[in-house]
Amino acid sequence: MTGIAEPGVVAECEATGVMRQGATSAARDAGIAILLALALFGSLVGLRTDPANGGLAVTVHLAKAAGLAAAVAAVRFLFDVLIWRPLDGGRTLAFTARLSARAKLPAIIAALAIGAALYAKGGLRTSLIEWASGQSWLAGTLTDLLTFACIAAFLAILAMAAARALRLFLALLSKDPVGKVPEVLTDKFGREFPAALLAIAVLLPFLIAGPQQRYAVDTATQILIYIMLGWGLNVVVGLAGLLDLGYVAFYAVGAYTYALISTELGWSFWVCLPLAGLFAALWGMTLGFPVLRLRGDYLAIVTLAFGEIIRIVLINWQSFTGGPNGINRIPRPTFFGLPFERSANPSFHSFFGLDYNPAYRIIFLYYVILGLALLTNFATLRLRRAPIGRAWEALREDEIACRSLGINTVATKLSAFAIGGMFGGFAGAFFSARQGFISPESFTFTESALVLAIVVLGGLGSQLGVVIAAVVLVGGAERFRELQDYRMLIFGLSMVAVMIWRPRGLMAGRTPSAFLHEARTISGSFVKEGRG
Amino acid sequence: MSAGAPHTPLPRPDGDILRAEYVTMRFGGLVAIDGLSFSARRGEITAIIGPNGAGKTTVFNCITGFYKPTAGRIALAHGAQSAFEALPDLTASGRQWKAAPGGALFLLERMEGYQIARTARVARTFQNIRLFGGMTVLENLLVAQHNALNAASGFTIGALLGLKSYARAQAEAIDRAAYWLKETGLLGRADDPAGDLPYGAQRRLEIARAMCTSPVLLCLDEPAAGLNPRESAGLNEFLLKIRDEHALSILLIEHDMGVVMGISDRIVVLDYGRKIAEGTPAGIRADPKVIAAYLGVEDNEVEEAEAEAGL
Repeated sequence: MTGIAEPGVVAECEATGVMRQGATSAARDAGIAILLALALFGSLVGLRTDPANGGLAVTVHLAKAAGLAAAVAAVRFLFDVLIWRPLDGGRTLAFTARLSARAKLPAIIAALAIGAALYAKGGLRTSLIEWASGQSWLAGTLTDLLTFACIAAFLAILAMAAARALRLFLALLSKDPVGKVPEVLTDKFGREFPAALLAIAVLLPFLIAGPQQRYAVDTATQILIYIMLGWGLNVVVGLAGLLDLGYVAFYAVGAYTYALISTELGWSFWVCLPLAGLFAALWGMTLGFPVLRLRGDYLAIVTLAFGEIIRIVLINWQSFTGGPNGINRIPRPTFFGLPFERSANPSFHSFFGLDYNPAYRIIFLYYVILGLALLTNFATLRLRRAPIGRAWEALREDEIACRSLGINTVATKLSAFAIGGMFGGFAGAFFSARQGFISPESFTFTESALVLAIVVLGGLGSQLGVVIAAVVLVGGAERFRELQDYRMLIFGLSMVAVMIWRPRGLMAGRTPSAFLHEARTISGSFVKEGRG
Repeated sequence: MSAGAPHTPLPRPDGDILRAEYVTMRFGGLVAIDGLSFSARRGEITAIIGPNGAGKTTVFNCITGFYKPTAGRIALAHGAQSAFEALPDLTASGRQWKAAPGGALFLLERMEGYQIARTARVARTFQNIRLFGGMTVLENLLVAQHNALNAASGFTIGALLGLKSYARAQAEAIDRAAYWLKETGLLGRADDPAGDLPYGAQRRLEIARAMCTSPVLLCLDEPAAGLNPRESAGLNEFLLKIRDEHALSILLIEHDMGVVMGISDRIVVLDYGRKIAEGTPAGIRADPKVIAAYLGVEDNEVEEAEAEAGL
């Protein structure tokens, strides 16, 4: 570098030099990685013993091993260059910096669109199946998962684009198109994501036709139950900061309320639903009173115990609950009094002049839980902006300060338990109506843990986070059913990964409940988890 | 106004607002406050000072209901001085408070912490700031108006249904919050998380939050701790202003003598849980017992000082 060069040029030369140096050492590391990978995969994948005329013969799959090693090296190189080697103060290599600044979202969209298009042509799928060579679970799961991801992303983008178009249309029709249209155009594309999710959820039964429909709608119903449970628990854990490990108790109270009342007294689902919520809320209060003095870990342990108490009472109170045999022949919900059975008269299909189709009931149940979940969401969002919701959050942040401001912390905590429990009760009533059979086995601690995992993974207090986490955890569990117990291992690992990279959950920010000038999302690092 | 500058007091309502009588607080064998009696006068700033561990914060915790005193009586009057005439009746009745001639009388040692803030309208701040860090500055002030807003929301039902009356009540609450934000110079940061504010601003926000509960008595626990001289001069000015404009009585714990001597109307000095002096700033400054408590005495003067202090 000579003294004549201008400072800018010097800096550029230096940057290029550092970049070249970085790329060289990344290439060297990738070289070492390929050697190690070859050494490993060479014996593990490259050599295989196959049965051959009476004995065993070793066949060599060098291409497979080499391909895997090359993939390892490529990933290592990309990680090295893009993530592990930030240049001067966090800036990565020039082209990734440019990519992340301007083209990240379009790039992702383009990649997804290309993936979806390729999938639609069938090329990608066939090649994937060929690559994974049929027989193993890997082929089915991987291609299914990829299919699912591609279709979901494709649909989401489509719906987001539709929502954006609708917003543009509304802006054009509004009183002040000149002011509103540019605002809509410059808004971040991700803003439409919740609306897109809602649109997909509403249209889901019509998006999938044929033999897949029943399975898809059933799975979606299952996911929605957990979304609803997650939203309910979010009130207790996410907003009020009371760690509840026995949430399944509310679910059980709701389920048994409907099961017992409908089988013993013959009351309809729509009458029992509010009762189930009421009883679950009462259970929340009952649980709340003794545990009010407890905080943090102690609260968690006692709620856990209360969850178990419910289950054990259900098992042992044989004369009332049917004990371990449970309750069966629970009546299904009807469509304004019209049942969905083939033989009933009048029934849903005969009333509307349709042919009998068992899918009608599945779809009807799907819409019932979708409506219940949306109601839960609506109520929670309203409650967050009500004084009680702000008091919950204040309680999570600092209980002593709450008392000094005249907030009755006992009543506030009880209301959080009651309202969170009520939503759990609704979900429970729906669950028993959908299954037609319940037993204490459905209400084990695993359920509580799963719902809590959904809330924590999604981000405490985040409604959208719960949806994403429920789709990933419950939908994922359904997808990976072939893996049996190994899927818990995978979930454990993915939870650990999330907690390392996004310790506050997927959607960590908090939206303020009121604002003076403009609403800005609050970084998760300021928000406390609560200590009970 | 800088610390210690002359201040012309406005005509203020007369008499006591708070009377603490023979208040004792024991934690096991430790006697944190020992038979303390003092009174705070209406519309005045009463400072409680004393060396570390003298029991100042314990007094605050007894007044605001965080501790139940082991013995003693803490009476607070709303309205006229004559309310204290009901004291014997109220004490004998076993009730927490009663309407009295010209106002109401409260026995704070019988009330829960939240009732003291809500019904008796005593607000406080904390030595180690206790804000709702993950909520915005504005939300902090809305939480402080919880009881009024909750009643206006029809105990949540109106808010759930999205009634107009609740929207109006909330708009009023936001206006009120904006007023106090303007007073404390925090208006520009209304939508930032409270945990993101600098230290001095957090102290001011805590006072603004306490003021949003519309208190009659404000208890400030070391409001000037950690403030630079300019900020603490601003604090002096602010406290005098709210005292005069909002007919507020203030009880103040403070170590910063610039603040204490500059704005206090009366000072109560504690040492080892006992009151060793009470009076005007000038009187306290010259009191040998106070000087002895703060600076200590020569070995040969110990007995003399102890005799003087009545030990």
